[in-house]
Amino acid sequence: MLRDDLDLDKEYSLSANHDDEHGGALRKKIWKVTAILTAITIVEVVTGGSIKQYYDGVPNESWWMIKWGFIVLTLIKAGYIVLSFMHLGDERKNFRYMVLGPYMLFIAYLIFNLLAEASYWGEIIHE
Amino acid sequence: MAGHSEKVDSATLWGGNGSPFRLSYGKQWMWFFLVSDALTFGGLLCTYGYFRHQYGDWPIGEEVFNAMPFLGNGFPLLYVALMTFILIVSSVTMVLAVEAGHRLDKKGVIKWLTLTVIGGAFFVASQGWEWYHFIHGSHYGVILTPELMNDGWATIREVVGGGFSLDYGHGQMITDPVIVSQYMAEPLGAIQGANMLENEYAPMTPQFGNLFFFITGFHGFHVLSGVVINLLVLMNVRKGVYDDRGHFEMVEKVGLYWHFVDLVWVFVFTFFYLV
Repeated sequence: MLRDDLDLDKEYSLSANHDDEHGGALRKKIWKVTAILTAITIVEVVTGGSIKQYYDGVPNESWWMIKWGFIVLTLIKAGYIVLSFMHLGDERKNFRYMVLGPYMLFIAYLIFNLLAEASYWGEIIHE
Repeated sequence: MAGHSEKVDSATLWGGNGSPFRLSYGKQWMWFFLVSDALTFGGLLCTYGYFRHQYGDWPIGEEVFNAMPFLGNGFPLLYVALMTFILIVSSVTMVLAVEAGHRLDKKGVIKWLTLTVIGGAFFVASQGWEWYHFIHGSHYGVILTPELMNDGWATIREVVGGGFSLDYGHGQMITDPVIVSQYMAEPLGAIQGANMLENEYAPMTPQFGNLFFFITGFHGFHVLSGVVINLLVLMNVRKGVYDDRGHFEMVEKVGLYWHFVDLVWVFVFTFFYLV
């Protein structure tokens, strides 16, 4: 607990207490982000429920667009949660990059590797 | 949550005697823990992508998850959408608890944190119901047949007014009662529900069931532990532990964990249910 209270200057996260006025502005932002996240979820569910991947067994040829739409919407939601709700966007820039940089790099690498490998084995299985 | 400006020069920042990120020790390590946990979930979801990509033919979320409590089947994605919404709302109440903590508003923290715990508990319970339904399966399950398309299996569906029809691939139906009863009289096998060895949603790829159980189970366990940790912090708030300390940063730290759980669910929701 001693180190937690090592409070150097006003920039320290432990000195982040704020007054009512500042709080009001923050709450406004929180409700705005809530509205955006809710709207995205509603759009996703309505789209998912109304546009099908198959109609009576016939594949829907334009499904790939919906799929990528879902993935983009998911990334937008994730961005709002991380940057706004977890307020990583308000942390110092060096910390932001340290958390996001290595993670994104590794995951992009993993996705590429696994999907390339899966395609290869998929071709062999379906031959 | 205060907007950190760049006023501190880098010589002071990196000169020792404190965090160069101007973060408290606990908060910084909560972030490091979350990065490692995110790598675990990232690995699991990429494994899911691996199998799905490899097999090509994969169950469709809205066909598998279309039940509502008390109302039966025929409501694609509706209940899981409700669960998702509840989890997002509980994330919002958590941010509001953190915000109240920054104003040293103990009553506000208690109110919002209590709502967060309730939302989390609702989500865990829903997850339990979802699992029960997934394991139990549809009313009649599937039969394995040698001749039908779709790798040789068909879902049995009840016809309004009596009798059955067979769905051998996303709505391709066999409705002729003579043929249906022929197939149903001598199936090669039958599967109802799901376990680790086989499942009726993807009889040819048991990995679907395994991944569902592992990933949603691992996530559900995170939610459960999040609810417990939130409860413990709530008790501390009520006891006045953080008033004595002068700041409510502990609420912020458990808040980070709670938002992370929500974040993971956003991805699970997309890849298991939507696409």
